[in-house]
Amino acid sequence: MSDADTLLYLDGVTVTFDGFRALNALSLVLNEGEMRAVIGPNGAGKTTMMDVITGKTRPDTGKVVFSTGTDLTKLDEPAIASLGIGRKFQKPTVFEPHTVWDNLLLALAGDRSPRFSMFARETAEEKRRIESILETTRLTDQRYRRSADLSHGQKQWLEIGMLLAQEPQLLLVDEPVAGMTDAETEQTAELLREINKTRSVVVVEHDMAFVRALGVKVTVLHEGSVLSEGSIDFVSDDPKVIEVYLGR
Amino acid sequence: MKLDRTSFLTITGVLGLALVLAVLNQVTAVGSALHVPTYVLALTGKYLCFAMLALAVDLVWGFAGILSLGHAAFFALGGYAMGMYLMRQIGTRGVYGNPNLPDFMVFLGWKELPWYWYGFEWFGFAMLMAILVPAVLAGVFGWLAFRSRVTGVYLSIITQALTYALLLAFFRNDMGFGGNNGMTDFKDILGFNVQADSTRSALLVVSALLLCGQFLLARFVVDSRFGKILIAVRDTESRTRFLGYRPESYKLVVWVLSAVMAGIGGALYVPQVGIINPSEFAPGNSIEAVIWVAVGGRGTLVGAILGAILVNFGKTWFTGALPEVWLYALGAMFIFVTLFLPRGVMGLFRARTAKEPEPEPPTVAAAHEVTG
Repeated sequence: MSDADTLLYLDGVTVTFDGFRALNALSLVLNEGEMRAVIGPNGAGKTTMMDVITGKTRPDTGKVVFSTGTDLTKLDEPAIASLGIGRKFQKPTVFEPHTVWDNLLLALAGDRSPRFSMFARETAEEKRRIESILETTRLTDQRYRRSADLSHGQKQWLEIGMLLAQEPQLLLVDEPVAGMTDAETEQTAELLREINKTRSVVVVEHDMAFVRALGVKVTVLHEGSVLSEGSIDFVSDDPKVIEVYLGR
Repeated sequence: MKLDRTSFLTITGVLGLALVLAVLNQVTAVGSALHVPTYVLALTGKYLCFAMLALAVDLVWGFAGILSLGHAAFFALGGYAMGMYLMRQIGTRGVYGNPNLPDFMVFLGWKELPWYWYGFEWFGFAMLMAILVPAVLAGVFGWLAFRSRVTGVYLSIITQALTYALLLAFFRNDMGFGGNNGMTDFKDILGFNVQADSTRSALLVVSALLLCGQFLLARFVVDSRFGKILIAVRDTESRTRFLGYRPESYKLVVWVLSAVMAGIGGALYVPQVGIINPSEFAPGNSIEAVIWVAVGGRGTLVGAILGAILVNFGKTWFTGALPEVWLYALGAMFIFVTLFLPRGVMGLFRARTAKEPEPEPPTVAAAHEVTG
């Protein structure tokens, strides 16, 4: 790929666990500023794909190129995170003993060294950035609460907020609406669209109504490779997709 | 740095206790009702040194989730550094009267001081070693263990193996640290008689000051942004990685700091108990230190100090009154605390003060509004 506006490029990525091919020569191209929904049945390789992009899992073969040509398969998680890739887990993972405010403070882009953090004081700029994220994620009223005491949906938003605080170029979001009410789901779709105005997003999701609400290009994974790609209507009508996924 | 009420009380308590005991020992006559016998000074000083060890354990266990079952190794290494200095101060007053060699080396037929004993006649050098040796050992150990992402039970087991290996090594006569008998019969520290009441009083006050210093340092560390990241690493290590933090660096810093704190405790322990031998490396000692922290309240710092003093006071009392019961009592106490006081003695205070209004009460109306 030589396209100047390609942000992420997976080429022939294969991952094997004890003989099981979790990813099978997976190739995927994501453009700068794009939002992509990734769907597929359980075991299709969605989470493994996230693991490969974020450095948690090393692929057996294949290339993962980010932005201007950095090979992600050579880097570990903190290095990839610092490059500008943020990840939201399926189960909301926030720092429970800390307040909402402190969670965002720790996520803010900046120096990650122990020496800096030992003597760091909250700056006015940091306060301003946290305030603005609190507003985007509708958590302003909860800022001094321990994040352990938040509702499930609020934790999901806090984690998205932490992702925003990292100021990544690319957000990987794993099942953001699992366990959410319809209203929360609706608001989350809105939030992701808002985020997508400035950043690229990959959303892995089971909830078809949610994917439809996002209204973006969809990639269907099956047995570790791409089965179909296109608009939600296109992939819904694809007989291969109907057979393995939608028609079950 | 703001000091909360509990921290302020702790510092006043520790310093006050040491000063009152030291002054009463010095100004009142032996036999007076107010007189504090010298052995009480040594005993209290010992408790305060143990409190430093407990503080060190709490810093890594309570805040970084590293359950060290080998922390007494760092304590003992600091103790050996002090012991070597004290041995060199004996000079010709030893049984063999050799000006250069400690008695045990003469006994082994050694002719020269081994190179690693060089410099230990200087107090400053010995104290530097009491800090550096635990720091370097912890640095190498931690760098290897944390980089390889060894955590949980596996890490605890290798810390236990570390202290056990040192125990075996220090038992050997040809290591040059006095073997089984260790080092004892100390005479002077900085020119003052180790046995003198005034020296004992001074050592007690110095122990109290260093304990308070360590406590303030630990407080600063856990209250800083570093401390918040440490807690995040403790609870959800992988999340911190995806945020761009390197948990291994954070663990290494706090691990080395903790080893140094334990080493300083050990260095002050030796002149007050008058002996250092390999039994200080015994795995049981490290496990006891964990029990002190659990009893006092893990992750509270104050609880570590309180636990160390309470449990050791109990130990002194029990081993005097009912020596055969002590181990059962210790075991029972650990089980009781685990079952009924998961947050230790400090948990009792917390429960009582928890009724105070929170700084920002949760707004139910706002929550409804947001969640729809």
